[in-house]
Amino acid sequence: MQILFYLFAAVSILSALFVVAAKNPVNSVIALIVCFLSIAGHYILLNAQFLAVVHIIVYTGAIMVLFLFVIMLLNLNKSTEPQKSMATRIAAVIAGGLFLLTLLGAIKDGIGIANPDVYDGSVGLVKSVGTSLFTEYLLPFEVSSVLFLSAMIGAVMLGKKDKGQPDGGEISGVA
Amino acid sequence: MDFQQLAHIAWLVPALPLFGALVIAALRNKLKGNTAGYLATAMTSIAFVIALLAFIAHKPAEQASALVHLFNWIDIPGMEVAMDLRIDALSLTMMLIVTGIGSLIHMYSISYMHDDKRVNTFFALLNLFSFAMLMLVMGGNFLVTFIGWEGVGLCSYLLIGFWYTVPAYNYAARKAFVMNRIGDLGFLIALVMIATQFGTLDYGTVMDKSSTVSTGSPWITAVTLLLFVGAIGKSAQLPLFTWLPDAMAGPTPVSALIHAATMVTAGIFLLVRSSALFALAPITMEVVLIVGLLTAVLTATIGVFQNDIKKVLAYSTVSQLGLMFVALGLGAYSAAMFHVTTHAFFKALLFLGAGSVIHALGGEQDIRKMGGLKGITKTTYVTFLIGTLAIAGIPGFSGFFSKDAILMAAYQEHPLLYAATLGVSLLTCFYMFRLLFLTFFGTYRGKAHAHESPSVMTVPLMVLAVGSVVAGVLNLPHIFGGHETMKHYLETAAEGIYGEHLHLSAATEWMLMGITVGLIVLVIWYAHGRFVKKTTLDAEADELPYFKRLIARKWYIDELYAKLFEKPYGWLSTQLDAIMEKRVVDGAVNFTGSSTMRIGKLVRRVQTGNMSFYLLAMVVGIIGFLMLTIWGV
Amino acid sequence: MNDIVTAIRTVPLEHYVMLSFVLFSIGMAGAMFRRNTIIVLMCLELMFNSVNLLLTAFSAHYGDPGGQVFVFFIMLVAAAEVTVGLAIVVMMKRNVDSVDINQLNRMRG
Repeated sequence: MQILFYLFAAVSILSALFVVAAKNPVNSVIALIVCFLSIAGHYILLNAQFLAVVHIIVYTGAIMVLFLFVIMLLNLNKSTEPQKSMATRIAAVIAGGLFLLTLLGAIKDGIGIANPDVYDGSVGLVKSVGTSLFTEYLLPFEVSSVLFLSAMIGAVMLGKKDKGQPDGGEISGVA
Repeated sequence: MDFQQLAHIAWLVPALPLFGALVIAALRNKLKGNTAGYLATAMTSIAFVIALLAFIAHKPAEQASALVHLFNWIDIPGMEVAMDLRIDALSLTMMLIVTGIGSLIHMYSISYMHDDKRVNTFFALLNLFSFAMLMLVMGGNFLVTFIGWEGVGLCSYLLIGFWYTVPAYNYAARKAFVMNRIGDLGFLIALVMIATQFGTLDYGTVMDKSSTVSTGSPWITAVTLLLFVGAIGKSAQLPLFTWLPDAMAGPTPVSALIHAATMVTAGIFLLVRSSALFALAPITMEVVLIVGLLTAVLTATIGVFQNDIKKVLAYSTVSQLGLMFVALGLGAYSAAMFHVTTHAFFKALLFLGAGSVIHALGGEQDIRKMGGLKGITKTTYVTFLIGTLAIAGIPGFSGFFSKDAILMAAYQEHPLLYAATLGVSLLTCFYMFRLLFLTFFGTYRGKAHAHESPSVMTVPLMVLAVGSVVAGVLNLPHIFGGHETMKHYLETAAEGIYGEHLHLSAATEWMLMGITVGLIVLVIWYAHGRFVKKTTLDAEADELPYFKRLIARKWYIDELYAKLFEKPYGWLSTQLDAIMEKRVVDGAVNFTGSSTMRIGKLVRRVQTGNMSFYLLAMVVGIIGFLMLTIWGV
Repeated sequence: MNDIVTAIRTVPLEHYVMLSFVLFSIGMAGAMFRRNTIIVLMCLELMFNSVNLLLTAFSAHYGDPGGQVFVFFIMLVAAAEVTVGLAIVVMMKRNVDSVDINQLNRMRG
């Protein structure tokens, strides 16, 4: 069990580092996909079956594909990548490192929460998550559909070309 | 009404002119014609009536003085100064002079200032001046007097510079104010010293407690000298006298009221009020005597060579004030006050007469361009003649008695002093008759069309002329059968402080009088011959031989002051402006502004607009915050 | 079911916390120093994921389904946010002709 955990953890961290360090944006996207897959593995280890599946479908299946589409659309590759000065990189690394150290320092004496003795291990199964969603958290669930609607409209509006641009067409009224 | 009741309404006396001043000032753009003048005159006249009633009701044997408490002013433990009015013989005398002669001059001004555009302001200022002067003389403690003191200085400045469009007049007004101020400083320091020593400024208490101070101590000498400095400034003595001739820039009624009858006598009033203190300081008395004598002699000599009708009268005023200070220096307080009273009458008369002459000639003030007016302006001539006879000291007129009192006191001290004061009197006689002869006798040397003044102007002249003659009876000496009423009356104001005793034998008095009168007659005869028969006009000042030029140029005192004081002060002012004003003050303010901008420019660099930088800054902030909360660093 | 619980608990919770922290810091450092807007967005996704992981770990250890429901919602919102964010990137490319995030600096003081 623990070996699996360390394996998945190693993969996550390495791929995350690669996301940050890669020059070609497409390489970054690929690395991020690998990272997501490893995190899905973590979910399975934690018996969060529903989440694992949803994670793969939504994140790797939809969001990452979207990223790839946009990169292809904008025709980005290594040569269009803006240059960074050394000082900024070092500053960022140090800041990140310090942040990590601070956080780790916070838990060095343990989390301080006691384990409850017995619980129902069926948390994480599709059935229990579904029940919870449709009873306790019904309102957020329904409202999130409105959120999606606004996101879609926003994306469409933002994506339209202005009148002055080529292939702009007319500017229609606010939707 | 008895005296106590009248004392209770005595606050009306200064309040009425103040009310008049405020009303006229508020309505100065709306009042038309002579309304302001009538109102102002009415206020002063009613005040005179009240003062007169109080004077008649005053019986010194029963109640020597009344203290009218208006309100508590400064109320700190250890220093309680109230707004008090003190009604006693001395203040009643001055009140009558101020309101009486003041009303006459107000009446005269109605016609004199008739054509002026700012006539309403003029009357407001005249009334304000009356208020301040009355506060001065009616004050129950040094501080109330000081309020009036400052007030008359201010009104003097405003009235001298009344025609402010002429720069020279402004300069004269400023000069008067600054010299007054120098005197005020002395007064103020003396006030503080008195308050510190006695714990109070009330006249009665200070006079009572003055016995605790030893005679001739440095403290009392210093206090009295400082009070005298104040008097020097206000009454135009050496060295602060040059403002008074320049003050003739103001309208003639102003010269009559302020610079002849009332304000300039404030210095003498102060010394008489504080006589208890002065009696303890023999050194100061000597100083007063010397200063008064020098002033009298110096200005009398200058007056001989003046060609402006008002300037002659101005120097004559300073000279007479000098004589009054001589009297004070000799301890003859009542003689000084007597001369104040008679001088008020005839000097106001002379000034108003001069104003009438100027008005008749359409603005001409140079006596070399006058002459032969006695046929044209008859009333003015007669009254002016009476005034001149009074000031010269012709027997029978009031000036004779008052000047004689001073001369007697001088002789008692030292015969040489008598000779000096006699010399001053003879010079006075000479230049006054020169003025009279050149103005009214002979043929007319001017070009304007002369006419007599209206009755509104001549009536006050006649009243004052009567006063000039009659006022002598106020203090008739014993040898004429009088009872020296004024002297005894004034003594009640200070409970026997005025310890002057004239112990000359009757024979000596008659002899001295005879010498005086004889010499005066000789002088008049000489002046007549010189100015009427031959009509010698003095040449311009620069064409005279050396010694006469020195005197005609006023002994170059103005030039001396300019070199000693005005130029260094101007230089200092310019330097301070360049250094302090431009570099220090402006520099500090500009530095504040520019440094704020520079700091702003520096700090602005944080707002780079770069996302990454913002993120970095945010993260650093979060780290700091976390460290604080988690570890309490 | 208790076996599963015990199985889950063999990996102590602190490990998950540390892993989550590491991923978060990496994501944050990337967001700070990468200038390509799309990469920045991806680092943001990384940060989201680290939080998701942490929530799921806690939920699994203490049997609270609320944690996993919350993760569900986070994923939801992340999806919406990526949609709009990428639309903005496209607009940015059109307006300033670059995806360098430092090119949008008109708020410069």
